[in-house]
Amino acid sequence: MRFRGLVNPWTLFALGVVLVRLLLRNDYHLTLINIIGIHTLLVVGLNLLMGYAGQISLGHAAFFGLGAYTSGIFTVSYGLNPWLALLLGLVVAGVAAFLIGIPALKLRGYYLAMATLGFGIIVYIILNQATWTGGPSGLSGIPSLSCWGFPLNTPGRLYFLIWLLLGVILLLSANLVDSRVGRALRALHESELAAQSLGVDTSRLKLLIFVWSALYAALAGSLYAHTLNFIAPSSFNFMFSIKLVTMVVVGGMASIWGSLLGAATLTILPELLAVFHDYEIIVFGGILMVVMIFLPRGLVRGLLDLWEYRRYKRLGGTFPVA
Amino acid sequence: MDYTTSLLQYLISGLTNGAIYALIALGFGIIYNATTIINFAQGEMVMLGALGAVTLYQIYPSLPVAFFGGVMVVTLVGLALERLALRPVRDQSPLVLIIITVGAAVFLQGVAMVIWGKEAYTLPPFSGGAPLRLFSATLLPQNLWVMGLVGLLVVLLEAFFRLTLVGKAMRACAYNPRAAQLVGIPVTRMVLISFGLAAALGAAAGILVAPLTLGVYDMGAMLGLKGFSAAILGGLGSSLGGVLGGLVIGVAESLASGLVSSGYRDVVAFLILLLVLFLRPQGILGGAR
Amino acid sequence: MPELLLALNRVSFAFGGLMALHEVSFGVLPGTVKAVIGPNGAGKTTLFNLISGFLIPHAGRILYRGEDIQGQPPHAVAARGIARTFQLVQLFDHMSVLENVMVGRHRLTQAGFFGGMLRLPAMRREEAAIREAAWQALEFVGLADRAHQLAGVLPLGLKRLLEIARALASEPQLLLLDEPASGLDQVETERLGEMILTLRDRGLTILLVEHDMSLTMEVAEEIVVLNYGRLLAEGPPRAIQKHPEVIAAYLGSDWQG
Repeated sequence: MRFRGLVNPWTLFALGVVLVRLLLRNDYHLTLINIIGIHTLLVVGLNLLMGYAGQISLGHAAFFGLGAYTSGIFTVSYGLNPWLALLLGLVVAGVAAFLIGIPALKLRGYYLAMATLGFGIIVYIILNQATWTGGPSGLSGIPSLSCWGFPLNTPGRLYFLIWLLLGVILLLSANLVDSRVGRALRALHESELAAQSLGVDTSRLKLLIFVWSALYAALAGSLYAHTLNFIAPSSFNFMFSIKLVTMVVVGGMASIWGSLLGAATLTILPELLAVFHDYEIIVFGGILMVVMIFLPRGLVRGLLDLWEYRRYKRLGGTFPVA
Repeated sequence: MDYTTSLLQYLISGLTNGAIYALIALGFGIIYNATTIINFAQGEMVMLGALGAVTLYQIYPSLPVAFFGGVMVVTLVGLALERLALRPVRDQSPLVLIIITVGAAVFLQGVAMVIWGKEAYTLPPFSGGAPLRLFSATLLPQNLWVMGLVGLLVVLLEAFFRLTLVGKAMRACAYNPRAAQLVGIPVTRMVLISFGLAAALGAAAGILVAPLTLGVYDMGAMLGLKGFSAAILGGLGSSLGGVLGGLVIGVAESLASGLVSSGYRDVVAFLILLLVLFLRPQGILGGAR
Repeated sequence: MPELLLALNRVSFAFGGLMALHEVSFGVLPGTVKAVIGPNGAGKTTLFNLISGFLIPHAGRILYRGEDIQGQPPHAVAARGIARTFQLVQLFDHMSVLENVMVGRHRLTQAGFFGGMLRLPAMRREEAAIREAAWQALEFVGLADRAHQLAGVLPLGLKRLLEIARALASEPQLLLLDEPASGLDQVETERLGEMILTLRDRGLTILLVEHDMSLTMEVAEEIVVLNYGRLLAEGPPRAIQKHPEVIAAYLGSDWQG
């Protein structure tokens, strides 16, 4: 949907970003918001894969980890420029996704789910076991990113980098969804048969989106490494992959802004409710089940659908503009 | 002489673990055959069986009671899962159903953590007594219990599917649900039974392995996923395939851990999973799809 | 002898042990309407699936404009200019009517990943052209007033029209219609017949599978009869009506021509 006029989601987004920065002074809060931004980046990518292409990745934490550790290892052990290390992280994740995607996406059904599951666990074990990753205690002393010599070593400075980058990514993703490729993606999700019969190379498209979502994840990973200046394997485990899927499900599949909502909600909630922490696993699992049973298109999208349906009934059965 | 002993030791522990994976794989296969979905919560049935048996044993110290009681309770959990979480949405895409089972797995793990905490619990071995010696390798009685009982369960399962009416009806549902319905087989009930059966097998696996490797709230995830790899390796839906896959993974894991590196033990199962998916997705015994 | 647009040469296909099609051979001349009829299970939809690339024949050749297309994946077959509709309507339910048809332009357009994300000028021009062509297709089938409705809420008759509009948007030379009249009432079926003839007059070649005999007899210049996977008869409608084997196997002795 293209929005004309001043009051559209993009201006509101920009306004919100500026306002939040002005209101929040506390480093802890700013870091939290930064993490939300990073999670949103992850969720948008996964959403493109799940919500639009209709595939599921149960190991997306692995790409997050590949990006983070490539950045971490090459800056700490080899002194590489952080930006170059970031690019390297993208390459590593992209190649990995390509190699896994080619065979997995040729098969029908949920083979990608299984393959990503296996891949995710293997990556986690390697991160945990290998000596050159720092093992279970993690990798510390990761340098900060700097822009033209200006080091981004405080949450406040990182804030604009992360949220500006996120804004650009959101814009590009929204554009993509609205374009010929985006339509082909949505078509692929709705009816792969029909899409193929209209000339859409569905295997290639699925692979493309899978690799693309892995790149988003790797970018998020690098940013994460340079935000906390410390990474440990426990942040990249199976449970985190599940949390990402839950964020997509809550935010609503096939919704760019829903990604932001899902990431924000499920990142803030555990922080707000300390007692939540013990029950965190139950709540995530419960949310997944309940939302998928009652609103299979995701929470936000499902509620919107319900609202649209009520309007439909009230207007006497005529359907409003899509 | 020492080398042979080590090898034999690896083989023993490999076959024991493999038998457990095989049992879990069978559970995946039964549900897959009835519904074509993968029940990612299968691993949690194993965990609930183990911890449930531990609690039952603490209340009333009798192993048979703990065993059968544990199996029964977990079977009820499996039935509840099908009835409450999956039946209402049966016509949704497999993707939605998979996510629901993943959610259920996570949920059950969370519940287990609240009930039992993060500690490890033990169950006494099924028969006491000193370890046996096999060419100077150690063979615990529990190893024999595991392999023996799993073998028995596999045989009983095959008999059930081939000889009993209910078993044959379930196989009919797997081949052609519509035709089965037309002949009067209650497909929904068959699906329900398959979930109960799979849960029972999972619980049995958990109770069998608890004396050897302890019961913890998060044991289900890894065991479930390795059992899943075994099922895929052998050919999803094939009983013999599940057994074969389980044993292969168990032994491969044990050998890799002993001969190469113990830290990467868990990688073996998933490496095999990826290899199978990429080279021969239907598994060793699976027919061409 | 004018060249055949589509030619099937001893095409065979088996589902497991069941022979769905056995050495079926026939051709379709460009600019004509040909119908494939036969009892349920005769292999008609299998035939369509073979032509459009969803199945690979075990024997025989399928030639389009003289080139082998058997075994090519569906998107490659579509790229050559063959479009189809499905027996069970395959629409993109959660997309609008207009967007459904816009997808139909896929094979004729280029904008890729980066063009789409960056909204380059060339891409925007192409989008406008896609929209224009989609509107035209909608107007042809008479669905232009519902352009912004969700495809999933349309009644069946309109869904079938939408599927045809979407297929037409790809500017095919060969259109495969799989039971287009199924579920339509008398009025809708007549409109469909008129539409088919109009398309034929514009130069489109149409191969259709149908159960509705009156529609078939009205639009088809030639009819192919399949029975148990074999070609039973082939010829103009009058000849088929009088063909004794056809009458016995399919039309039934009550059929009055």
